[in-house]
Amino acid sequence: MNAGEWPLWEVFVRGKRGLNHTHAGSLHAPDATMALRNARDVYTRRGEGVSIWVVPASSITASSPDERDSFFDPAADKVYRHPTFYDVPEDVEYL
Amino acid sequence: MNATARYCLGLGDDALVLAHRLGEWLSRAPQIEEDMALGNIGLDLLGQARTLLTHAGELSGGRSEDDLAYLRDEREFRCVHLVQLPRGDFGDTVARQLVFSTYQLALYSRLVESTDPVISALASKAVKEVTYHRDHAVQWTLRLGDGTAESHRRMQASLDAVWPYADELFTDDDVSVAVAADGVGVLPSSLRGECEQVWADVLTRATLELPEPRSHARGGRDGRHSEHLGYLLAEMQHIARSHPGATW
Repeated sequence: MNAGEWPLWEVFVRGKRGLNHTHAGSLHAPDATMALRNARDVYTRRGEGVSIWVVPASSITASSPDERDSFFDPAADKVYRHPTFYDVPEDVEYL
Repeated sequence: MNATARYCLGLGDDALVLAHRLGEWLSRAPQIEEDMALGNIGLDLLGQARTLLTHAGELSGGRSEDDLAYLRDEREFRCVHLVQLPRGDFGDTVARQLVFSTYQLALYSRLVESTDPVISALASKAVKEVTYHRDHAVQWTLRLGDGTAESHRRMQASLDAVWPYADELFTDDDVSVAVAADGVGVLPSSLRGECEQVWADVLTRATLELPEPRSHARGGRDGRHSEHLGYLLAEMQHIARSHPGATW
């Protein structure tokens, strides 16, 4: 059993009061079933979660650091895109 | 010591000794993920052992869990031979976990109904833990048994090596007969059918043969142990004995 032969999995955990799964980290496992179990042992043993997703890391298409300037910098000075010009009613949660 | 205390001592010693064996895997497992998995399983067992030894101590003159864990000699331990076996390779550990977690799940599922409130409460909590332990062992048995020719050969060899130690789990003795009569415990022999069914099913799916050992280990519940237990206890107890009453 060589770590190099086991694919990498990205782990997403939803906490007790969390609304969505959050990236927790990654691990190696031979298949999806074992990846879920390993994720349970590595990332939820202190009661961090109530639901786990595992995704093959190879299935994730990531933005490239080289494209950072063109991808993200143009958004930095568009203050008018933030919904801060509205009054939010008090009974609206999660906004 | 009454029968309930002796019964708790036997079950607690099983859990304590196996917890130590699983702890030996820390930093030695094939993967860091398995390191965590085996460590977690060991800690679950340690928690069970603490409750059982504490209860045994309370029922028999107030010895603490630490007194029982660290200050008893080898012949006073009441664990079965299965849990004492050296950890071996990963296949050996999976084989032992398959045997022991299947037995423990059958046991705790029944002990939920115990008339002893401490045992019943422990069993309710432990059923969830042990369900995971068995699942972990089953998943690995399937993958190693139905994996490569080499993993299949070694998994079968591990099962063959462990199986002579399974029978002892189902041996009724004076203690278990007495606690079963009171509704405090269960007759070990009554758990055999359920366990054998699980093993037969898992091993078939894993393309492995159910071993048919010619001899069976005996005597652990009477304090007659293999040479392995003494070395394990020496390691487990030496700090507590070298520094009596130390705290940190």
